[in-house]
Amino acid sequence: MKLNYSIFLFALFTLLFTSKAGYAAVLPEERVDLMIHSFDGGGVEVSGPALLIRTNVASNTSVFYNYYVDNISSASIDVELGGSAYDEERVEQSVGVDFLNGKTTMNLSYTDSVENDYKANTLSLGISQDFFGDLSTLSMGYSQGIDSVGSRTGNNPMTFSSELSNIKRQNYRIGFSQILTKNSTISLGWETITDEATEQGGSGVTLNNPYRSYSFGTAGVNRSFAQEIYPSTRTSNALSIRGSYFIDTFKSAIHYEYSRFQDSWGIKSNTFAVSYVYPGKNWILDFRYRYYDQGQADFYRDMFDFANQFTFMARDKELSAFTSTSVGVSASYEFAKNGWGWIDKGSLNLSYDVLNIEYDNFRDARESQSDGSLAGVESLYTLEADIIQAYISIWY
Amino acid sequence: MKRLMLVVSAVFIFSGCSSLEPWVKPYERENLSDPVMNIARDPIAAGYHYHVFETRESARGAGAVTGGGCGCN
Repeated sequence: MKLNYSIFLFALFTLLFTSKAGYAAVLPEERVDLMIHSFDGGGVEVSGPALLIRTNVASNTSVFYNYYVDNISSASIDVELGGSAYDEERVEQSVGVDFLNGKTTMNLSYTDSVENDYKANTLSLGISQDFFGDLSTLSMGYSQGIDSVGSRTGNNPMTFSSELSNIKRQNYRIGFSQILTKNSTISLGWETITDEATEQGGSGVTLNNPYRSYSFGTAGVNRSFAQEIYPSTRTSNALSIRGSYFIDTFKSAIHYEYSRFQDSWGIKSNTFAVSYVYPGKNWILDFRYRYYDQGQADFYRDMFDFANQFTFMARDKELSAFTSTSVGVSASYEFAKNGWGWIDKGSLNLSYDVLNIEYDNFRDARESQSDGSLAGVESLYTLEADIIQAYISIWY
Repeated sequence: MKRLMLVVSAVFIFSGCSSLEPWVKPYERENLSDPVMNIARDPIAAGYHYHVFETRESARGAGAVTGGGCGCN
């Protein structure tokens, strides 16, 4: 996709310097959130703390800091097929600034993520402009990330091994939000993402996970494994439509979303999500449902006929065809609603989701490891997971 | 072609502003500013949900969060 982004920049700065003061945009709220999170499913347990602090440093400038940890204990189906269970830690930190000028908000952020086998750095720029009596908002953004892919040589959670691949990632975003009525809003979003991987030292690793393998063999006889072979580039496009509607009778809201995705690997997906938010005297309850379906990548097969059958070969379940559904509920208890000392208000929050993924053409190859006659006819794999978040939020 | 569509859209949007009056006045936006109308009311929770799905699905983009690694091997 070859867009001339100078057009966007020209339009952007035209808006910026011709806008007049009026119903100005506002900075994000000053608040601190402290969370513990847990994911448990498919033989994988991921948990850890997270902290998000946002504060104003001037009347038109807001800054934030985010600290997030994943403590991972994995005995997933992929790990069982390709190695032994492991523990590792991922630490992600972000800093950013939002600058407000009349109806224009500009933001800049930097994210650093470190694991013992993966490092990622991302710089993001964004700008948004309110216009038409603040009923409309146009926003756009650009991110560039550099990922360094390695592989574990031990179980030290923070020691990075030699680099196997280097990935440059670029994101181009544009969005438009519109107030439709005094009770409803709608927004459209588009994002194009490109990846370019450079193999390091003849590792054979580009955009693929170095621990994953493709499979080949003869159904009912045997199943063998070999290192996956991926393209070195990927381009994806995603379109989302989101809306919100306020229900006067119950002072509650319904949110809905549809997203369409497709990429240069032949994957296409749809996401539908709906949620209902109901406020009580001191409580806010959220009920949500999400449905996701995905088609497979062109170079995915559960079992190829023989080794090196095609130029690219993969058996990642994330590239297979599957359907994912999740149902969740959150409860927030609000305290100090009238202020307490330096606190404007606070909330205690508990969230629980159940995730279910049913794979259409990814089989549980563990079944044929001891009985070759099951190769290629194993049960289709399913994943069920419990997702929990508990956090406290303080506004000041 | 896409560039032309964008320019035409921009002209349509901004030329429309001069003849079309905003139909929801500032004093009519009390419901819209209610916290329940914010789909990402708590950014830390919204970001976590996005991360959970992103690491297990191929779809990406047009969401709420950018950056970060995977933690998904």
